[in-house]
Amino acid sequence: MKAAVLVFPGSNCDRDLAVAFRAAGFEVDMVWHKDTDLPAATDVVGIPGGFSYGDYLRCGAIAAGSPIMGAVRAHADKGGYVLGICNGFQVLCETRLLPGVLMRNAGLKFVCRAQDLAVATTDSAFTGGYRDGATITVPIAHHDGNYQIDPDGLAGLQAEDRIAFTYTGNPNGSVADIAGVLSENRRVLGMMPHPERAIDPEQGGADGRVLFDALAGALVAA
Amino acid sequence: MTDPDITPEIVAAHGLTPDEYDRILEIIGRVPSFTELGIFSAMWNEHCSYKSSKKWLRTLPTEGPQVICGPGENAGIVDIGDGQAVVFKMESHNHPSYIEPYQGAATGVGGILRDVFTMGARPIAAMNALSFGELSHPKTRSLVNGVVAGIGGYGNCFGVPTVGGELRFHPAYNGNCLVNAFAAGLVDADRIFYSAASGVGMPVVYLGAKTGRDGVGGATMASAEFDDTIEEKRPTVQVGDPFTEKRLLEACLELMETGAVISIQDMGAAGLTCSAVEMGDKGGLGIQLTLDHVPQREAAMTAYEMMLSESQERMLMVLRPEKEAEARAIFQKWDLDFAIVGETIAEDRFVVLHGNEVKADLPLSKLSSTAPEYDRPWVATEPAPEMDPVPELDPVDALRALISSPNYASRAWVYEQYDSQVMADTVRAPGLGAGIVRVHGTRKALAFTADVTPRYVRANPVEGGKQAVAEAFRNLCAVGAKPLATTDNLNFGNPEKPRIMGQFVGAIQGIGAACRALDMPIVSGNVSLYNETDGQAILPTPTIGAVGLIEDLDQIIAGTARDGHVLLMVGETAGHLGQSALLAEVFNREDGDAPPVDLGAEARNGAFIRDQRDWITACTDLGDGGLALAAFEMAVAGGVGLSLDAADMPTLFGEDQGRYLIATNFDKAEALMVAAGQAGVPLVSVGRVGGDMIRIGAAEAPLDELIALWSRALPEVLG
Repeated sequence: MKAAVLVFPGSNCDRDLAVAFRAAGFEVDMVWHKDTDLPAATDVVGIPGGFSYGDYLRCGAIAAGSPIMGAVRAHADKGGYVLGICNGFQVLCETRLLPGVLMRNAGLKFVCRAQDLAVATTDSAFTGGYRDGATITVPIAHHDGNYQIDPDGLAGLQAEDRIAFTYTGNPNGSVADIAGVLSENRRVLGMMPHPERAIDPEQGGADGRVLFDALAGALVAA
Repeated sequence: MTDPDITPEIVAAHGLTPDEYDRILEIIGRVPSFTELGIFSAMWNEHCSYKSSKKWLRTLPTEGPQVICGPGENAGIVDIGDGQAVVFKMESHNHPSYIEPYQGAATGVGGILRDVFTMGARPIAAMNALSFGELSHPKTRSLVNGVVAGIGGYGNCFGVPTVGGELRFHPAYNGNCLVNAFAAGLVDADRIFYSAASGVGMPVVYLGAKTGRDGVGGATMASAEFDDTIEEKRPTVQVGDPFTEKRLLEACLELMETGAVISIQDMGAAGLTCSAVEMGDKGGLGIQLTLDHVPQREAAMTAYEMMLSESQERMLMVLRPEKEAEARAIFQKWDLDFAIVGETIAEDRFVVLHGNEVKADLPLSKLSSTAPEYDRPWVATEPAPEMDPVPELDPVDALRALISSPNYASRAWVYEQYDSQVMADTVRAPGLGAGIVRVHGTRKALAFTADVTPRYVRANPVEGGKQAVAEAFRNLCAVGAKPLATTDNLNFGNPEKPRIMGQFVGAIQGIGAACRALDMPIVSGNVSLYNETDGQAILPTPTIGAVGLIEDLDQIIAGTARDGHVLLMVGETAGHLGQSALLAEVFNREDGDAPPVDLGAEARNGAFIRDQRDWITACTDLGDGGLALAAFEMAVAGGVGLSLDAADMPTLFGEDQGRYLIATNFDKAEALMVAAGQAGVPLVSVGRVGGDMIRIGAAEAPLDELIALWSRALPEVLG
């Protein structure tokens, strides 16, 4: 099982994401943004949190056009897994691998706290390890996590059961309390909360660990 | 453009006294050039030279078997075993933050992070201690909003968890807020980098962002006479770019891995001047700089401007020449500037060339070694007069008043704007007590706290100085950490006033005594004087940042109070209400003496907590607000009600030192009683945990109601 974690200038959760993948049994390659190819046999691409390119222009916008993203798109197009967390979710929206946009938090302030989430679907390799409707606690830390999508798009996400997580107590104004969404083929997940910050009890909880373990399990089973 | 002539007005505008100017003439035997005058003013201002404080700073304890590097380098370094060390320092950015709160605070964070990673350490934790004026003052709210956003904006992007800090409001800070930023990093003890240059003819390399006119003479020049010499008058506050700093961090750490770095120094106050002089002086070498090679952001910059610019995210390094190509490639990878701007020379000279002209040629070692040093006259603070009696109140009403005051309400409004979890090693997030960060990939952890009670220091500088250290010590012990060492950030008014200097001297005496008794040497620090507006000085605020070691994550006292627990208090209670939070917040009085600090009892009681941690489920130290506030905070953390037996103000709200509140089950409480008897530590039962009410004596209120009061006080006023 191989994970490739992208490193943009300004990424700051790249190490944390690599640690979480390794804890679930993945072999991890760190991939520099100026590269144009992913390592051979990459199963999952991790797009980490942070402030790629300083969040200048618009969060994730410059990263979406960086050299490595062509390879990420090709990987997704052929059914590969992609996990974008926080800034990674913003990058996935900017590349249109996921629908919608992430706007400034409704409260206009950065918000970091332990956040309760509801698992909105267990029908994906990422969320299959949770009990349907379970409440989990995962840290959030973002300034631009206010997920918005047009009404038709929202209806589509709901009809196709592509909302992965919702907030319990909306921290940022996201439409329909959305904290994470899946692609049509359910293999690309973008989420604002940081599951990689909740992989062992010393971090205050291990609810994020389930996501990485479930993904590893799905890859082994496949 | 020709440089202006040196006139008495220009000398004065550089913050140099006539005596100091005469000393310059004596040292160089001629009239200085404009650039040279700028260099002297940068090296000799209070900020860089510590001329008023040096005499007293020397009296502080700075050594111990745990200390790898004490004050004098970019940051202090302390051994944490297993070949690893923690690098840390606290520094103020008070004046810039008052002028431009967002950028002032942001660049304060940036500066302290650079101090840490310059030494080869990856920053792993940040804290900040903030003091603002009263909330009814028209400037306060925008300052708080700007400063907190600036700290978050920089630290969050850079990617360091902010795990603790302090926030206070007091009218004495109306015209002068304090922003004290702390950072700590982790380094292998055999891979530490220092600033002393070595070897003659070695290339001096400029790294990082380009030089602009921002911050030119930030510390020393603020007068209109310079309108004709500086074409565009930029704000003296620098502008921070955390994205560049993050790249600079990664590039520097990569570069250090290659063995290319002989010595390295960040460019902080007085930029290129201070960093070049520092490297040469420490290495006993001269430095020659050719400013034409300095990467510049703006056109037609003069030598004076380049030498005094405080543009951010820059470093100066002495490089092994054979590694140049490798080093350059790393900086190109991170899209950062890399330029050879000079070399080390054998003679004791600091030579600055620009456009084929010699702009400065000064004896380098004299720039810092002959800096003025003053023994300022001082008078000891008068003993506080006997205080008026304190009326008895309904204790729950008193608690309500305290927890809904901005000084003791929940700090969530502040710390939720900081990323406290990035790096995924935060074991104990901010909120109550010390923050704890795991040493990556190990079972060890470090605990961090920042403390001072300025009311105490004003009433009694010596006891107040002791108390700041003692409280930091207690906060570390209360989580099960062994206190290792401290950094001090000494914020005071104008030292030319004997009364203010007396506060400084007294506080230093108290801090020194406490650091000795508690074995927490001072390894780094910063002095910020002249914190006055219209002759009104701030409260003397010597912030103590402290670091403690936890050998194994299992040793952390991490539990919370639970139904059925008993509440025990360690330490003696005399009921000292002088200068207490109760007086200040409930009675609007600041009278009486500061509580006395018994350093022997502090050491003994702290050791008791650490030694007996297996019997302790939850622990918090008693500080401001005494037993009542500590018990409330314990109830909040556990989400459970409790009852205290006492009902009188002195027992509930007295601020006697050396005390801790413990929650544990009955059997463990028995064991603790026995252990306390053997250790000679006072330990008494003060109440019980359970239910959903806070009961104090005969009064009571639902915990939920109190939590709501406590939680909404700050958001309601700050938005």
